[in-house]
Amino acid sequence: MAAAAAGPGPGSGPGDSPEGPEAEAPERRRKAHGMLKLYYGLSEGEAAGRPAGPDPLDPTDLNGAHFDPEVYLDKVCLRGVRVGGPGPGYIALPHHPSDFVAGLRRECPLAQLMDSETDMVRQIRALDSDMQTLVYENYNKFISATDTIRKMKNDFRKMEDEMDRLATNMAVITDFSARISATLQDRHERITKLAGVHALLRKLQFLFELPSRLTKCVELGAYGQAVRYQGRARAVLQQYQHLPSFRAIQDDCQVITARLAQQLRQRFREGGSGAPEQAECVELLLALGEPAEELCEEFLAHARGRLEEELRSLEAELGPSPPAPDVLEFTDRGGSGFVGGLCQVAAAYQELFAAQGPAGAERLAAFARELGGRYFALVERRLAQEQGGGDNSLLVRALDRFHRRLRAPGALLAAAGLAEAATEIVERVARERLGHHLQGLRAAFLGCLTDVRQALAAPRLAGKEGPGLAELLANVASSILSHIKASLAAVHLFTAKEVSFSNKPYFRGEFCSQGVREGLIVGFIRSMCQTAQSFCDSPGEKGGATPPALLLLLSRLCLDYETATISYVLTLTDEQFLVQDQSPVTPVSTLCAEARETARRLLTHYVKVQGLVISQMLRKSVETRDWLSTLEPRNVRAVMKRVVEDTTAIDVQVGLLYEEGVRKAQSSDSSKRTFSVYSSSRQQGRYAPSYTPSAPMDTNLLSNIQKLFSERIDVFSPVEFNKVSVLTGIIKISLKTLLECVRLRTFGRFGLQQVQVDCHFLQLYLWRFVADEELVHLLLDEVVASAALRCPDPVPMEPSVVEVICERG
Amino acid sequence: MEDDAPVIYGLEFQIHIIDFDDENNIISKNVLLHQVGEIWHISASPADRGVLATCYNNTSDSKVLTCAAVWRMPKELEPGSHESPDDSSSTAHTLELLCHLDNTAHGSMACVAWEPTGDGKKVISLADNHILLWDLQESSSQAVLASSASLEGKGQLKFTSGRWSPHHNCTQVATANDTAVRGWDTRSMSQIYCIENAHGQLVRDLDFNPNKQYYLASCGDDCKVKFWDTRNVTEPVKTLEEHSHWVWSVRYNHSHDQLVLTGSSDSRVILSNMVSISSEPFGHLVDDDDLSDQEERRPEEKSQEPPQDSVIATYEEHEDSVYAVDWSSADPWLFASLSYDGRLVINRVPRALKYHILL
Repeated sequence: MAAAAAGPGPGSGPGDSPEGPEAEAPERRRKAHGMLKLYYGLSEGEAAGRPAGPDPLDPTDLNGAHFDPEVYLDKVCLRGVRVGGPGPGYIALPHHPSDFVAGLRRECPLAQLMDSETDMVRQIRALDSDMQTLVYENYNKFISATDTIRKMKNDFRKMEDEMDRLATNMAVITDFSARISATLQDRHERITKLAGVHALLRKLQFLFELPSRLTKCVELGAYGQAVRYQGRARAVLQQYQHLPSFRAIQDDCQVITARLAQQLRQRFREGGSGAPEQAECVELLLALGEPAEELCEEFLAHARGRLEEELRSLEAELGPSPPAPDVLEFTDRGGSGFVGGLCQVAAAYQELFAAQGPAGAERLAAFARELGGRYFALVERRLAQEQGGGDNSLLVRALDRFHRRLRAPGALLAAAGLAEAATEIVERVARERLGHHLQGLRAAFLGCLTDVRQALAAPRLAGKEGPGLAELLANVASSILSHIKASLAAVHLFTAKEVSFSNKPYFRGEFCSQGVREGLIVGFIRSMCQTAQSFCDSPGEKGGATPPALLLLLSRLCLDYETATISYVLTLTDEQFLVQDQSPVTPVSTLCAEARETARRLLTHYVKVQGLVISQMLRKSVETRDWLSTLEPRNVRAVMKRVVEDTTAIDVQVGLLYEEGVRKAQSSDSSKRTFSVYSSSRQQGRYAPSYTPSAPMDTNLLSNIQKLFSERIDVFSPVEFNKVSVLTGIIKISLKTLLECVRLRTFGRFGLQQVQVDCHFLQLYLWRFVADEELVHLLLDEVVASAALRCPDPVPMEPSVVEVICERG
Repeated sequence: MEDDAPVIYGLEFQIHIIDFDDENNIISKNVLLHQVGEIWHISASPADRGVLATCYNNTSDSKVLTCAAVWRMPKELEPGSHESPDDSSSTAHTLELLCHLDNTAHGSMACVAWEPTGDGKKVISLADNHILLWDLQESSSQAVLASSASLEGKGQLKFTSGRWSPHHNCTQVATANDTAVRGWDTRSMSQIYCIENAHGQLVRDLDFNPNKQYYLASCGDDCKVKFWDTRNVTEPVKTLEEHSHWVWSVRYNHSHDQLVLTGSSDSRVILSNMVSISSEPFGHLVDDDDLSDQEERRPEEKSQEPPQDSVIATYEEHEDSVYAVDWSSADPWLFASLSYDGRLVINRVPRALKYHILL
């Protein structure tokens, strides 16, 4: 349809009426016409059967026999309704057209019918004129088409003639050509032969020229070219060596080749050139058929020379003086210089001497092992210098790089075991770092202790209130904890994901569990406990080299560790290091028990030391005084006041760090207690000096009965972690000393009374510190009783007087 | 010899001689009056069982001076004499004064020590800071000061205790003052060694190992008993810390020196078995030459058991501080202890241990 539309272009222009689709193209119109027919109840086939001319049977022919005005009208009206605008006839649209026409006829007035009629006539006319125009157009197109076809026919006829002529010409040409080639055949063969001869001659010439060429190449240094030439000629010469002329050439060649090889070797040995050129030399020499074994020997020897150069420069960097470049730079340099060189050598070797088989590989491995060993030794020396440093990140990065660099040669030369050795070095360094950190922690702990000592010593000089013990304790605890955390963080770098060796089994398992947890943390806590305990065992028991406050503080510190810090730190460690290793680790409870034991020992030692201080005071006061010639007591002796003061100070000190603790319920008037016990019945028997053998028995009996009812006092008994227990311990030790000292002296009457006064004074003030005041009473009673026994003239003071003196003093 | 254990202890102005009859388990007592004053130290002559020396307080004009004297007890009371005193408790005998050790120039006597194996002619006494060697002449009726030495130093130095070593031909004496233990050569009266800070506090008593040269035990106010090798005085060989208060007395058993007795003011007496530092470390010494091969095996096997130092027993019969302990000189398995309340306790080494040591 497109072709048809394009073909009769001029014809279609005026005929294209916009009114209906029928006018578009003749075929279209025909189709529309068909459709029209279909519409009127006629098949297209019928229409095609009678193509042109008026058909009497055509219902569309107005003049035809079958024209049924009824039908027509119906259709037209319907069409009118559909196509046209609203007209007078469209008021009511019946269901059927016939109904419509009938209705029209029946219902419309005449005037309206007339109008319809004129309207219809107008339409018919319009249709007629349309039809005419279409017929004209088609006709024109048909004519032009006929013209064209005619012209084409002519042209074809002409072309046929031309073709025939061409065929004859071609036949003639073929004929000629065959003839020419026949004539040329002979010459062609000769030419081919000549060409062959020429090539042969050229080859011969090449051979003859070969010696000179080779010489030239060798002179020019184009060794590659020379080797290629030689390679090309070798087979031929080999084959024809029985001919004298060739033999001469071959001899010449061999001489030159030998020289060439020599020169190459020379170059190879000189070794000024880099590894790639070396490799080239070796390749050429191999091509020359030199013995491979010897070559690889030499190759390795040469490579060794270069690598040793690298090692020497590295060693020079190490030097005797402190290393200038940091460790990262060092490993970088080593990595790029030595390891890179080693890689190149190994790669070149494997490429060149692949044919050597396992023996060659073994040789290379041995070579790499040896040099690698030396390199490792250097690296270890360098790393050893780094051990003192505190910066882990740099070290870890250096190790990481070192390890990473060695992966390539490790993969290349699995037999040499370089990667394993590198891993070992890294592990060793990691272990050493752990040890270093442990040392660091210990040093930090000792540093803290020194600080505490200074803090404890300083304020006394300044004379003002020093920093509280609790504060000091908090400082120490936090400082140690922060050190632990810092160490953990530093060590954690070794297991960071991005570090190349962190996925080695050692770093995943043993390093975490045995190294960090056991070695570092548990080790530190243990050493802390040991350090603390060493204060108990120090030979300076007498001089008190360790300030008692420090003992107290350490004891509290250990106790705190037992209750909280140990489990915290271990949990922290386990979390950070995700210990996967199944090897047994020290349980928290064991460590806690150790810490508790340490705390207990420290506190016991504190009690001993403080007790000793007070004991010494009491002992001196008893020993240095002349008790026989003393005057009647007027006052409590100053030393007793001092004892009470010191005890109060200790009470305050201990109270800063330890809880109060429980004491036995006491009677409300405990301070009012008088000396009824020894001033009454019990002492009567003892005082009476009796020379009859029976009297001492009674005394013994009395005192023993007395003792039966009192519990044995364990003087240096273990203490509990509270203030009362500590103070009880100290007071027990002091009073027992007083007792023993009193027993070694002889008292006059007033001496005894003085002791009475002193004891009452102590009783007044000491009961409040101890868990069981009965204890103080018992010991003090014992003191007074012993003094009375040691007095040749035992006249005790009136209790009321004693009380008065004590209250006054 | 009768299985008697004479034990002497002092109470104010009296000396009691207790006779303990092991077979019949009978204790009898004789009282000797000591009229010059209260006794602080007492020691019997090793040569003459009737002679003893005391240190006693002499109180005059409200001044106390401790003096020393040598006494002879009446013949019939001498230990080992067969005639048993009829009713001992009723009669008090008097000591016969042999001589005074004149100390007016030297101060209070702390103790008197007899030469252990001599003929009872030599006595060392410690007076304040002086160490005095006496020669008893004319059957002990006269004491002549043979030589003396004194301790120089700052402060008031005072000897607390002294022992005469039974070794080296009895030429060595050890003394204690404050926290130090010193050794003296009696020939030159010069100091041989000095253990500074032997104890943390005052040293109360000393004793020489009777079977092992150079070995010395000391005890003191730091509740410890320490064993020393006097050739190396920087460190004690061994330290015991069993007592909970001052240790007043320490004694080696005379024949089995692994048995060590200590008495303390925590009113306990402790018997320790110090096998590791005794002269018979594995229970018994076997002379290899005398044994056949088969017999030689056995001691070796036995010696596989590691010798363990241990406390054999703790005696808590005393109710007050124990100030003196000593072994019987007649029966090596018997010992006595004396406490402040006047109680004297006589004990035996446990039978099992005794057989273990003997067999």
